[in-house]
Amino acid sequence: MATSDTAASTSAADSSSDRIDSPTRPAPKSQGRREGEGLAPWLFMAPYLGLFLTFVVAPAIYGVWISLHAYDYTLPGKPWVGLDNYKKLFNSSSSTFSDFWNAMQATGIFTLLSVPLLLVIPLMVALVMNSKFPGRNLFRALYFAPYVLGVAVVAVLWRFLLDNNIGLVNQYLGALGLPDDIPWLTSVPEAWAALVGVTVWWTLGFNAVIYLAGLQDIPGELYEAARVDGANKWQSFRHVTLPGLRPVLAFVTMVTIIASANVFGQPYLMTKGAPGTETRTAIYYIADTGLRNFQMGDAAAMSYLLTIVLMILSVGVFWLFRERKS
Amino acid sequence: MATATAPAPAPAASAAPDKDHPGRKPPILRYLVLIGLALLFISPLLFMLVTSFKTRSEATAVPPTWVPSDPTGQAYKEILNASDTPVFTWFFNSLIAASANAALVVATAALAAYPLARMDFRGKKIVLATIIATLFVPPVILIIPNYLIVGKLQWLDTLTAVIIPTAASAFGVFFLRQFFLSLPRELEEAALLDGANKWQIFLRVIVPLSKPALVTLAVLAFLTNWNDFLWPVYVLFSPESQTLPPGLSTLQSANNVRYDVIMAGAVIASAPVLALYVMAQRFIIEGVSRSGLKG
Repeated sequence: MATSDTAASTSAADSSSDRIDSPTRPAPKSQGRREGEGLAPWLFMAPYLGLFLTFVVAPAIYGVWISLHAYDYTLPGKPWVGLDNYKKLFNSSSSTFSDFWNAMQATGIFTLLSVPLLLVIPLMVALVMNSKFPGRNLFRALYFAPYVLGVAVVAVLWRFLLDNNIGLVNQYLGALGLPDDIPWLTSVPEAWAALVGVTVWWTLGFNAVIYLAGLQDIPGELYEAARVDGANKWQSFRHVTLPGLRPVLAFVTMVTIIASANVFGQPYLMTKGAPGTETRTAIYYIADTGLRNFQMGDAAAMSYLLTIVLMILSVGVFWLFRERKS
Repeated sequence: MATATAPAPAPAASAAPDKDHPGRKPPILRYLVLIGLALLFISPLLFMLVTSFKTRSEATAVPPTWVPSDPTGQAYKEILNASDTPVFTWFFNSLIAASANAALVVATAALAAYPLARMDFRGKKIVLATIIATLFVPPVILIIPNYLIVGKLQWLDTLTAVIIPTAASAFGVFFLRQFFLSLPRELEEAALLDGANKWQIFLRVIVPLSKPALVTLAVLAFLTNWNDFLWPVYVLFSPESQTLPPGLSTLQSANNVRYDVIMAGAVIASAPVLALYVMAQRFIIEGVSRSGLKG
C-alpha cells in the first residue's frame, strides 16, 4: 500500500513538471477562465504573499543594504561604507579576514568529508532496501528515525556518547582492545570524524528515503532487458540504475551540499569550535558576528559571499548532472 | 553454500530488484546487515532514555550500564523545578510555536497554491518563479535582516519571533500546488455548474480532496519548527521564552557533567516528535520521498 502511494505520488510529480506552463497549453478549460479571474487569485494569495514579502523578499534586499553600511546594532550611527565590508574579506590585514576564511575552511572541510559519505552510504542502504521482503517498511522507518530529531537532541546526545572519559564510544573501543582515550570533541582531526560521523548518522535516512523512491521509479523491464542482453549485476547497476537515478542523484547532491555548507548546530553544541576555532564553521561565525557581536554589516557581507560560493557550486552540480546527448 | 550460488559483488548484489527470483539470495545475510544497521540507529536513542532514569553517579559510571541499577525519576524532577532551566515551560513554548507555525504554513500555503494551480491571471508566472527561486536561497542571508525586522516589530524574545517569520513556506506552496495539479478537474467543474464560487470550491472540493497532502505538510512544518535551532538560539534569550532546542543548549551549559539531567531534557525534546513519527510515519516518509525537498 505504501508502494502504490509512492507510485501515485511520483507520477504526480512527473506530470507536474510539464504542467509548469500549463496556462500556455491548450488544456481543456471552463469558459470563465479565459476572461481572467479579477481580484480572486490575489485575495487567495494575500496572506502568503504578505508573509513572503515581509520575511523573505524584503530581508533578502534589506541584507544588501545592511552589508553596505558599517552596521553595528548597538551604535546609533550606521555610516555608508560602500563595498568596504566585502573588500575587508579579501584584505589579509583586516580584522575579519583570517577568522572568516578560517570559518569558510572549516565549512569546506566538513562539506568535503560529509557529502561523499552522504551520497554513497544512503545509496547502498537504499539498494539493499530496494526489493520486497518482510519488514522492509519497519527497517526504513528505523533508519529514518534519527532525522525526525532535531540537531539539538542529536548533538547533545552524541556529545555525551563521545565524551573522552565516560563516553560509550571510547568505552566500547577500549573493550575491543582499541585506544579508549580518543579526544573526539577537543582535538582535530578527531573532531571532524565526530562531526561528520554524527551528521551521517543523523541524515542518512533522509537521503536513503529519496534514493529509494527514485529506485522504485526505474521500470523493472529495463533490468529485464539488461539481463537478456547478458549484463551482470554490476553492468546493470552501471547502465540501468545509475542513469535512471540521474535526476534523483542531482537533487540529493544539491540538497546535501547545501545542508552541509549550512552546518551549525553540530559544532555549536558538540565542540564549540574547539580545539581553538578550527571547527567554527561559516554559519556559526556569521551568526556570532552578526547576532552576538552585532557587527551586522560585516556579517551580512559574509553571508552574501557564502551565498555566491554556494550558487557557483550549485551551477557546477547542475552542469555535472546535465542531460548528455548520447 | 548460499554464497556460492550468488557470487555477485556486494554493492551490485541488490542493484537489480530480485522480485522475480525471491529464493535466489540468502535472506539471512541481508537481515543480519539490516538488523546491524537498525541497532546502530536505535541504540543511541535507547541509551539516552536509559541514562535519563539513572542516578547522577550511575550516569557517568565506567563501564556504562544498559539497565539502571537503581532507576529513578530524579533527573526529571530536578529539571522541572529548576528556574534557570524551565524545561516544562520550554516544552509548552515548543508545542505552541510548532502548532501555530504548522497551522499558519498550511493555511497560507494552501490558499496561495490554489490560484497558482487552477487560475489564469497576469503575474502568475512571476509569482510562481519568485517563490520557487527562494527554495534555493540559503537561509543564512535572511537571519541578519530578519533579526532587525523582528526587532522593529518588538517580537524579539517572544514566541511570535519563531512562529511568524518562518511561516512563509515556499516549499509548502510548491508542494501543495503539485498536489492540486494532480487532482481531477471534474468535481470543481461540477461545483461551478452548481453555482459555487471560488472560495466555496476551495473549501468544499479542494481542501477535502487534499487531506493527505495537507496533513503531510502540517506534520513536516511541525517537525521543522519543533527542531529549529539556529534562529531561536539568537532571537529567544531569556530562559522562560525559549523553546526546547535552544533550551537544550542552555541545559547543557548549566549542567556540565550531569548527563542524567541533560539526557532527561533530550528525552523530553524527542518524545513528542518520535510519537508523532510513529503515528504519521507514512506521511513523513512519503512527503520526503515525494519531492525530497525540506520544509
